[in-house]
Amino acid sequence: MGIYLPIAEISVNVFVLLAMGAAVGFLSGMFGVGGGFLITPLLIFYNIPPAIAVATGANQVIASSFSGALSHVKRGTLDFKLGGVLLAGGIVGSTGGIFVFGFLRRLGQLDLFISLLYVVLLGTVGGLMLVESVNALRATRSGAAPVLKKSGQHNWIHRLPLKMRFRASKLFVSVIPVLGLGAGIGFLSSIMGVGGGFIMVPALIYLLKVPTNVVIGTSLFQIIFTSAYTTLVHATTNQTVDVMLAFLLMAGGVAGAQYGAKAGQRLRGEQLRALLALLVLAVAIRLAIDLFVTPPNLYSLSGVGLT
Amino acid sequence: MAGLRAFLAVASLSLFAAVSPGKAQTPTTENIQIGLSTDHVSITAGFSGADLTIFGSLENADPLVARQGRYDIIVVLEGPARPVVVRRKDRVLGIWVNLESETFENVPVSYSVATTRPLQDVTDPNSYKQLSLGAANLYMQPADDGDSPATIEEFTAALRERKTATGLYSENVGGVQFLSQNLFRATVRLAPNVPVGTHKARAFLFKSGLFIKESSAQLEIRKSGFEQSIFRVAHDYSFLYGIFAVSLAMLTGWLGRLVFRKD
Repeated sequence: MGIYLPIAEISVNVFVLLAMGAAVGFLSGMFGVGGGFLITPLLIFYNIPPAIAVATGANQVIASSFSGALSHVKRGTLDFKLGGVLLAGGIVGSTGGIFVFGFLRRLGQLDLFISLLYVVLLGTVGGLMLVESVNALRATRSGAAPVLKKSGQHNWIHRLPLKMRFRASKLFVSVIPVLGLGAGIGFLSSIMGVGGGFIMVPALIYLLKVPTNVVIGTSLFQIIFTSAYTTLVHATTNQTVDVMLAFLLMAGGVAGAQYGAKAGQRLRGEQLRALLALLVLAVAIRLAIDLFVTPPNLYSLSGVGLT
Repeated sequence: MAGLRAFLAVASLSLFAAVSPGKAQTPTTENIQIGLSTDHVSITAGFSGADLTIFGSLENADPLVARQGRYDIIVVLEGPARPVVVRRKDRVLGIWVNLESETFENVPVSYSVATTRPLQDVTDPNSYKQLSLGAANLYMQPADDGDSPATIEEFTAALRERKTATGLYSENVGGVQFLSQNLFRATVRLAPNVPVGTHKARAFLFKSGLFIKESSAQLEIRKSGFEQSIFRVAHDYSFLYGIFAVSLAMLTGWLGRLVFRKD
């Protein structure tokens, strides 16, 4: 069944979009990521103009992360205070990102920049996570206790000033890295159309040593607001948010997310991390191939004003 | 889409003119007419491209020429003109990067042609060039005249190729059919991504390879009710639209959890 998208101005298949939303929603509920890093490349692959894919991706991320965050509130695995500080940094970061987004689009280098960012970030994060989680899996198999969260084990981040206590995360840490992390993720959110969960989750686990079960809820909480802000700014400055497209993705996404969250509970922390690492790496490799392989069309057209 | 077929009123006067005895002595010039019964086509939610049928009439047709099939008609539906940037990817350190670009002013967003016979059989390339008829003969004005002719040529060709590949520039050979000696029907393709705006339908009449006459009509392609409202609100009240998009997402997330909750 075809449907005409009012902002993207093309006709697409409803069921493809619903299925796309459901599949990404499932993964997003399972790993506590918004799924933007999957949905935006998928939309571009489905011929949606990149500028619209990015803005609409951010819009759909709100729905899946809101739905996911609600289940974490119920289970008490959401640290509102930590999420709030991350968010403050996030707003500053996304504002900067929107300007860079507009600038790159005028240069005609937006697509390249987005792809490079995806490859570098996903590749690094995925690689690091995979190594760590495979080690953890080996350790548990051989009977040793997991060594990830050990009190007294501190890195340089824990020596910074302006410390703050985050009770739900059992954490006493400086606000500087928390704000910085939030800002970096806000920046990526507006440029890549992602919530930033795939960076937030490992950063909270490995850098700040937040317990894995609290990380997912907290990450979802801050993603709701960062992507809401991004959606709003894209809607006002670029008019690139397509609600029809976003709604179809959301409808599939929220259904998938609840099943995903359920599936995620059956897996142990290190298993989840290993799977997420593989997924992230797969996307990075897919995008890297596109950068190096000779494209079928060397030429591309774009309007002078929009898209 | 049945609703998308625009029918053209046929000037039935032409039949009368052809048989009127007073004109038999003086050499008559043929005339071509197309007239749209509707001045707009609406794109609805189910739109996935369509065939647009245009009817027209040929006046003062010479029966002998008509019988020998020496009348040819080319119908063009041309979309609104907009500036376009064409970019070329080149390899930098192994990565494909948009490097060279060329901006063209006033490029028709879409250009659908329907003809009675293959273009090369109707008339010679020179006449097409003079009439600026056919996608290959459209003149694309580069924004920067300083670029070398070879570069401009290369990017113009790429622009046409991309437009054709995306279905926006199309050619329907045999898309114009004579229903009778004086009456013809043209079928032009509207691509799924046909641009909204004012389109111009033009019909060209050729007799034994010579251009005789041209007739044109305007057609507005617009989004229908719901799609149009969304588009308007997104542009005119963009902040409220953004708030709406965010609220819709949260509502969907909440409802989705109520309906599908698994814990």
